[in-house]
Parts: sequence; C-alpha cells; structure tokens
Amino acid sequence: MGRITLDKVTKRFGTAEVIPPLDLTIEDGEFTVFVGPSGCGKSTLLRLIAGLEDVSSGQIRIDGADATMTPPAKRGLAMVFQSYALYPHMSVRKNIAFPMKMAKMPQEEQDRRIESAAKALNLTDYLERRPGQLSGGQRQRVAIGRAIVREPSAFLFDEPLSNLDAALRVGMRLEISELHKRLQTTMVYVTHDQVEAMTMADKIVVLRAGYIEQVGSPLDLYHAPQNIFVAGFIGSPKMNFIEGPEAAKYDAHTIGVRPEHIAISDSEGPWSGVVGVSEHLGSDTFFHIHDTGLAETITVRADGEVGFRHGDRVHLTPRTDVIHRFDSEGLRITA
Amino acid sequence: MATQHSRSAARIMMAPAVILLLGWMLVPLTMTVLFSFKKYLPLRGGDLGWVGFDNYVRFVSSSAFWPSVQVTLVIVGGVLAITVALGVLLALLLDQPMWGQGIVRILVIAPFFVMPTVSALVWKNMFMDPVNGLFAHLWKFFGAEPISWLSEASIQSIIMIVSWQWLPFATLILLTAIQSLDSEQLEASEMDGASPLARFGYIILPHLGRAITVVVLIQTIFLLSIFAEIYVTTQGAFGTRTLTFLIFQRVLESQNVGLGSAGGVYAIILANIVAAFLMRIVGKNLDS
Repeated sequence: MGRITLDKVTKRFGTAEVIPPLDLTIEDGEFTVFVGPSGCGKSTLLRLIAGLEDVSSGQIRIDGADATMTPPAKRGLAMVFQSYALYPHMSVRKNIAFPMKMAKMPQEEQDRRIESAAKALNLTDYLERRPGQLSGGQRQRVAIGRAIVREPSAFLFDEPLSNLDAALRVGMRLEISELHKRLQTTMVYVTHDQVEAMTMADKIVVLRAGYIEQVGSPLDLYHAPQNIFVAGFIGSPKMNFIEGPEAAKYDAHTIGVRPEHIAISDSEGPWSGVVGVSEHLGSDTFFHIHDTGLAETITVRADGEVGFRHGDRVHLTPRTDVIHRFDSEGLRITA
Repeated sequence: MATQHSRSAARIMMAPAVILLLGWMLVPLTMTVLFSFKKYLPLRGGDLGWVGFDNYVRFVSSSAFWPSVQVTLVIVGGVLAITVALGVLLALLLDQPMWGQGIVRILVIAPFFVMPTVSALVWKNMFMDPVNGLFAHLWKFFGAEPISWLSEASIQSIIMIVSWQWLPFATLILLTAIQSLDSEQLEASEMDGASPLARFGYIILPHLGRAITVVVLIQTIFLLSIFAEIYVTTQGAFGTRTLTFLIFQRVLESQNVGLGSAGGVYAIILANIVAAFLMRIVGKNLDS
C-alpha cells in the first residue's frame, strides 16, 4: 500500500513561503512525477513527504494515517538521492544492508533480500566493491537497491538521473519504469526534465513557484494544457505562442500551436516567413522561421528529408483543430 | 611538466629550497652523530677524543632512560586521546548552526596562537597554583583541600596544559572534515532508520577517519619534542622528565655534549619507531 495525501500543506523558510497551501493525492501504485523549472519547490515537496523537512502547516497522510510528525524512518518510504548518497566507506553489500541492519533484521533475511535485489539490478558481481569503484549507473543502481530491500510503501526519487550522461539516462529511465511495472509500488519522482516526466509518469504534477499548475496524465497535459505555463513546459520543442490579430481570429488573447502541428511548404499556406536556423536530427528537422509577423520565431517540425535552406521563404499551415486558445490571464479557453 | 627542458628548469628552480632544507637537516644531524661518538665536556676539558659507543651504552644504562621514554609515550598518548576525542565533539558542536558562530569559532582557535611558554606559565600561575590559582579557589569554595597540581598530579597537569594548546588544531581540522560531509548521506541514513548515535558511528566517524589520521600524525611529531611546557612548570621533576628533557639536562646541566648527542640519536630512533607504528595502524586510512 502507498497512498499519500497532502492536505493544505505549506512550507515557509523564515518569511519566504516556498509551498503555499497545497492539496494533492498520490494513489497507490501510481508513478507520479513532479516537474517544473528549478526553484519551483518540487524537491522541497518531496522532502516534506519524506519527512526530511517539517511542514509549516497542513497534514500529510500515508495510507490514511497522519504522518505529519512521524520521523522519516518510520514513514515506510525509501528515497533515492540526486548524489546517490552512498556510504563511501562501506561495500555495496553493506550499503544495501544498512537499512535492514538499522532495523535489526535477521541475517538470513538480510542476505536473501540482498541477493534478490542484486540479481534484479545486475549488481551480483559488484557486491564486494566500494561505491568509489563503480560507474555512475552502477552507483545509481546501488542506491535503488538500498531502497528496494526496505520494501517500502513508496519510493521517492530526487532527480536521480541528472548526474548521468545522456545515453545512460535513457537506459536508467527504462530500468526505473520496468522496476515500477514489476513492483507495482507507488513512486514519486522529481525532475526538471519534461521528457523524463512524459515518458515515465502515470500522473504528472506541474509545479511553478510552489503552486500546482496542473495534474494529469502525460497525454492530458499534452492535449489539454490548462494554461500557457503548462503548454510551454510540456512538449519539445516548445509550443509556439501567437498574440494579436491572428489570435483574435480564434476569439483568444493568445493561441498556441505545437511545432508538430504546423505544415511547411514552399508554395502555399496562410502564414509565411524566412527560414533561420534549422536543426537536423535525422528523423526530424526543426526549422526556426523568422519574419512571420506573428511572433519572433515560429518553430516547425518537419520530416527529416525536408530540405529548406537558411534564407528560403516558406509558407506555413497550422492544423486548426489542435490550436490551443488562452485568455488574457493565460488560462485555457475550452470549446 | 612535459618536456625535457621544463623538467630541468623545474629542477634548477627547486634546487635552492632542496639544498637549504637538506643543509638545515643534515648539518645538525651529522654533528649530533659525530658528537655522540666523542667524549666532549665543554667546561671540563673540551674535546677529549673518540670513545666509540661508550656514550650510547651509558645513556641507556642510566636509571633515568626508560622512565623518560615511558613518560614521553604517556604524555603523547594522553594528549592524542584527549585532543581527538574532545576535538571530534567540539567539531560536531561548532558545525551546528548557532548564534555568534563566527566569534565562537575564533575563541576556540585562540589557544593555538598562545606561545607554549606563555600558556604553560598562565596555567601554572593562574590555574594550578595551590594558593592563588583558580582551581585552588574552586576547591576551597566547595570545601575541599586544594591540590598542588604540578607536584601531586604532575603528568596529568602537563597533559592538560598541552591538550589545551593542541585541541584547537584538532578541532579545526576535524571541523573542516565534518563540513565536507555530504548532507545527503546523513539524510539517507536518517531515512534508513539510523539513530543519531548510529549516524555518528556509521557515517560521521568513518568520514572523519582520514582527518583523525592527519591530526594524530602531525600532533605526534610535535608532541614527541615538547619541552617548554615542562621547562617552565616542573623542570622535569615529579616524574615529568621526557626523553627530550633528559637530553637537555645531559647537555646543559651536566655539560656532557657527547652523552646528550647519543640521547638525541635515541630520540630519533624512538620517533621513527612511533611513526612507523602509527603509519601501520592508521596509515591505511590514507590509502583509499
């Protein structure tokens, strides 16, 4: 079990309110991702759930029981830190055994759990090494192993992949998703990378300055962002925002069109502009179009083979059925 | 240093320092060894020629030799134990956020700036004096008989004085080590259910291992040769005659340079034995 409920939780550091009153429910077995720009309070929120920070007011319930004042070790949660926080003077085996040793678990049970965790995480050959002798990905797995053996009701991840290189990050992303499918345990994951959020989450919580901007499944957020911030944050490359007369045609203050929802051609289309930088990724090409008279630049995704050059005049056709409309407050206009 | 040219340039530039250092070390060492094989009594006939190992035999067979080695080791060991234990505790305390932290830290470091002679005199006259000392007043306040520290508890008194001087050094090094501990490690252990005591034992103390090694090694080097503290307090009486002090007495009080020099060579040997011993015990901390 691992249902976490936050009820009007706030956090103040001195006079600065980092988390204004906030309500959130994380269902049992759900993979929830907190995402937002740096300084939005997502790590603080995670640390409040973990118990490493005290809440200023409000209540945290884990499986219905009030855990607001419960010390971190008693909450039944396990955390994986950004720096992995392995104990450098202990072998991998001792690192993984540490929480069980603190809980005074029988030795046979400890050994059994270590073996199965090591097997699951491909660490069997490294059990006697020190963390300093391992690569970044292996250290990450040891940190996860140390969390798994506690059999917690929920896992908390604090930007666990940000210290890994790009290739390893993709690999570990899959491994963590795989782990979640296998264990079916609640996971709360903090990241600033919207790609990680989109690929891993069952539920994404978008945060800005401590406020929850939107909660929903990745596709909910992609298809129906509640405001300009979420619209701009989710999706890569960023959504194009257009104000002024063009937006007025759609009865909106601002309209948003994703780069993948604009067709580019050299002959026809309601918008036109000049090609600036083009980014060729092989499978796709991203064109940055200038001088459209709509916005400073419009980003357009095209097929990998489309070959416009810098300075070419092109025409753009937005897909009108997927245009997002926002009012002057930046909120979504529905229907 | 990549090229042949830059390597030889580096050697030339290092040469003055190396030569100075070697001269500083080698000249006194050679003279000590030289004198130790001579009968040399400056006020009673001067250089009286070579005597072989006579001085070495006489120095060791003197009834004062083994007690002095023992006293030296007791003082070094006592001061090390006190400074490391209290140093760790003080460093933990100073690492806590508190009001007036800057000033407190400076105050803690202050004793290290006091010259050994001065601090020993201050302790002797202001604290340990059996009539006017602060301790005497304290004892009298509670109705107890004042202790004449330097004669009744002479070794303990010297250990106390020297520990007071070296505690700041230990605290300072251990404090910087504690500050370099990754706070996420402590948080991780807290999540793992470690009590504060377990966190200290399993996380903080192993992290401090290397710093403690450094403190022990450096302090040992200096503590083996403490002199001023004994000279201005007990003058080597009441069982506080260390090896260093014994050598001093042989050379200056007995005016026997040859005998003192032989003692000096023994002191070098003792220091090396202690150093090798320490390296064996704690040196492995420096490897990883």
